[in-house]
Amino acid sequence: MTKEKREIIIFSIFTLAVLIIPFFLRGSYYLNVLVFIGINTLLAVALNLLLGYAGQISLGHAAFFGLGAYISGVLTTRFGLDPWLVLVIAAAASGSLAFIIGFPILKLKGHYLAMATLGLGIIMYIIFNETVAVTGGPSGLSGIPNMHLGALIFDNDMNNYYLIWIITLIVMLLSINLSQSRIGRALRAIHNSEVAARVMGVNARILKVQIFTVSALISAVAGSLYAHTMTFISPASFGFNFSVELVTMVIIGGLGSIYGSFLGAAILTVLPEFLRVLQDFDIIVYGLLLIIMTMYLPGGLINGLQKIVEFAAGKVGKRGGSGA
Amino acid sequence: MDNSRQLFQYILSGLSNGAIYALIGFGFAIIHNATGIINFAQGEFVMLGGMFTLFFVAFLNLPLIPAIILAILVSTIVGIVFERLAVRPLKNAKPLSIVIITIGASILIRGIAMLVWGKDTHAVPAFSGSNPLYIVGATIMPQHLWIFAIAVLIIIGNKIFFSYSIIGKAMRACAYNAQAASLVGIDVKTMVLFSFIISSAIGSLAGIIIAPLTMTSYDVGIMLGLKGFCAVIIGGMSSGLGTVLGGLLLGLLESLGAGYLSASYKDAIAFIILLLILFIRPEGLFKKKETERV
Amino acid sequence: MFKKVFGGILAMLFAGLMSGYVFAAPPIKIGALFSVSGPASFLGEPERNTAKMMVDEINKAGGVKGRQLELIVIDTQGDATKAVQGVNKLIKDDKVVAIMGPSITGDTMAVIPVVEKAGIPLVSCAAGVKITNPVKKWVFKTAQNDALAVPKIFDHMKKQKITKIAIVTVSDGFGSSGREQLVLHAKEFGIQIISDETYGPKDTDMTAQMTKIRGSEAQAIVCWGTNPGPAVVARNVKQLGITLPLYMSHGVSSKKFIDLAGDAAEGIILPSGRVIVANQLPKNDPQKKSLTNYVENYRKHYKVEGDHFGGHAWDAIMLIKEAIERGGDSPAAIRDQLEKTEKFAGIGGTFSFSPSDHAGLTSDAFVLVKIKQKDWTLVQ
Repeated sequence: MTKEKREIIIFSIFTLAVLIIPFFLRGSYYLNVLVFIGINTLLAVALNLLLGYAGQISLGHAAFFGLGAYISGVLTTRFGLDPWLVLVIAAAASGSLAFIIGFPILKLKGHYLAMATLGLGIIMYIIFNETVAVTGGPSGLSGIPNMHLGALIFDNDMNNYYLIWIITLIVMLLSINLSQSRIGRALRAIHNSEVAARVMGVNARILKVQIFTVSALISAVAGSLYAHTMTFISPASFGFNFSVELVTMVIIGGLGSIYGSFLGAAILTVLPEFLRVLQDFDIIVYGLLLIIMTMYLPGGLINGLQKIVEFAAGKVGKRGGSGA
Repeated sequence: MDNSRQLFQYILSGLSNGAIYALIGFGFAIIHNATGIINFAQGEFVMLGGMFTLFFVAFLNLPLIPAIILAILVSTIVGIVFERLAVRPLKNAKPLSIVIITIGASILIRGIAMLVWGKDTHAVPAFSGSNPLYIVGATIMPQHLWIFAIAVLIIIGNKIFFSYSIIGKAMRACAYNAQAASLVGIDVKTMVLFSFIISSAIGSLAGIIIAPLTMTSYDVGIMLGLKGFCAVIIGGMSSGLGTVLGGLLLGLLESLGAGYLSASYKDAIAFIILLLILFIRPEGLFKKKETERV
Repeated sequence: MFKKVFGGILAMLFAGLMSGYVFAAPPIKIGALFSVSGPASFLGEPERNTAKMMVDEINKAGGVKGRQLELIVIDTQGDATKAVQGVNKLIKDDKVVAIMGPSITGDTMAVIPVVEKAGIPLVSCAAGVKITNPVKKWVFKTAQNDALAVPKIFDHMKKQKITKIAIVTVSDGFGSSGREQLVLHAKEFGIQIISDETYGPKDTDMTAQMTKIRGSEAQAIVCWGTNPGPAVVARNVKQLGITLPLYMSHGVSSKKFIDLAGDAAEGIILPSGRVIVANQLPKNDPQKKSLTNYVENYRKHYKVEGDHFGGHAWDAIMLIKEAIERGGDSPAAIRDQLEKTEKFAGIGGTFSFSPSDHAGLTSDAFVLVKIKQKDWTLVQ
């Protein structure tokens, strides 16, 4: 089986699973959890393009998520614009910001890039928090309308599930394609050694800015969807903590793996549920998880999972071989 | 009230805060220069210094000076454990992993502090009273004088240590080129450990002397750590005068910005300066330009 | 030997049957959303503690109408996303009949659409005016409105002939709501706000803002925030040699503030619920019994004094309990009975809800207190 064929099969199975799951969860709380997993997957995939493909750190991605959410929230509540139009504006605005800031910021490397993106995130957070007249400030912005499609209003978990997951699936498919395209290979080259990539004729600078822009754009789409699903937003959801959470999703899932991003997003979304029994100890477990996962499972969970599957498949294959 | 007195107060307050940022900044510089790592958990050592001092004074009823010494010792031990368990096992790790691990460590240390000491903020008694001193109409706390004095002592100490002691020179050699240093017989690993010891000691000392002003709680280290980082970036990652100037400049701009522009964006000012410096002069304001090594 | 074992089994069976009989009815599930961790943990922690303590107490006393209460607490961390996830779990997974909290206005605004749609009564412990204004069918609240606290302060200023003030508010939900009310009410008291400053919730130095105020013509300073910020403000005021009268909000009405501000707390005036001056109240005060009970009880359980914030949860659980006792345990019945609550003397004040008022308190929910010799004294 060629690699390409295998990718198609995996993606089809994944899509099918995503599309039929709601029928088993009608009216259930888990459907609501899956809606949030969808939004987080979108964000994790976006960050993974930057982190996993191009190897560039961002500790400020919550800023783009927040920008998307706030542009959507403000334009719909204060100017009565259509949610779909606003989603496009949010994506464009966030992408433009990333494009402009991308040139100076992506010149930086490693720790410096981490700190600069962190600074960017904090500045954006302060803006959300302090421009009270526009954003409603720290007590938030309420009354954001739901998305709609003609007469269909996305005001319940079932509808939101399909809205968010269809967009997430499209983004996942595009990202998988991207990784196998020329651009994906160039990005991986940058990831391994930027100098070598440049020598081979990859325009690293432009490419990094482009991927940063795409990543910010997708994050803003996620932010817009989040705002229209929640109908309320406040700055606390877009702070440094959430930026770290996003990076954690990507790392725990597996750098460079799109399904890994889904896995990481799913785990971090339901993790508080499991940690609840620990009460105040949850923050310690979270810190420990972060350290241990990074130290001992640098490939992320998806890598571990793959190894198990391959191991099992190898065994089955051998047994089949001897039987024939 | 006349304007010049107002201005003088802004300057004095700004410099006082700036000295705090500089003190915290040293810790970043020392680890970075020895290892190339930026330790996101640096702010937590500032918190530990204040919290341990409070713990020893309030719960074990120790006098202030032994409490301070003990607090520095214990914080340093935390630093050693951190280096041993989380930093040393990493071989050729990517910056991304190191960033995440130090962030994880800071979450962990903060979490443990929260469980042990609770979520409340605590007041710490000042070293020499809490009555303000008047300098030409502007006021300053006696504690600020302590901060200035200790900042000066640390600069002198650093200068002597890194320029004249064998270990200090060896650490500088590692910072310059770890491979070459190990070729001439310097134990790079030990030097990394030393850098963690020194920086956690300085970090906790900074936390101790500022706690009477800022008060202390399990999460006080986050913002202070970030401001210290801004200071050290302006100062070009120097473990000496550069960072002090960086800290003072940052404190001054913050204070003047809050006074004459808008206090709401005080923190934004610090980070905008951080971004501008990183964009325009990543080698810091006070350093000669060096060519970047690949 | 055999006899003993057999007897034991019989006894166990019997005990099982008995307990089965006593607990025949399943417990009534009450949900709670508190910001136990995160920046607003100073609210969420005493609220959770109080709610747990009261539910235990109610259950020990035989429950509500013979049924036990089951409390399910979810930590929102002060984050709207987690609050919405939490409220969905409480409603759809745990199937609670009523919810108390969230602790802060932002979280409350985030969960309102969910509870309104699901038809579950929510008794918020947050202070924001917009929670119950306009009135929402399923939403009530126990924390006193800032709109009640501000006139208390301005009234006092008017008597002191203060007309020009400086305000310094924290840039979080509590501070921005306070700032809004300060600006809104200033005019009717003939007060002019000539300096309007803010600070960040984690700021450790406010000398710049205070220097600016020192240079203005303000006759008094109002600071609106929750610990530790206002303690820093009080210290900075003293440090800069400012002698203007300093007013604070009910956000600092806990002993913790006096500890933090130290000498600088002396002379500060603030509006507060009666809980901190419970023992100074006259005997005929309707709240006296609830207040002294609560303070004592909390100290017994948690070694510290029960405060103003935990009181919001006390009021919430007791209001829900009484509503169940009067009506039934269906969400709709609880809501209807909550709305009929009249003269419930709780911790935050004496509550009377009506179809047009889901906040339930009047300005007498606040008293003005002054800090003297590290303790609270009632200002008359």
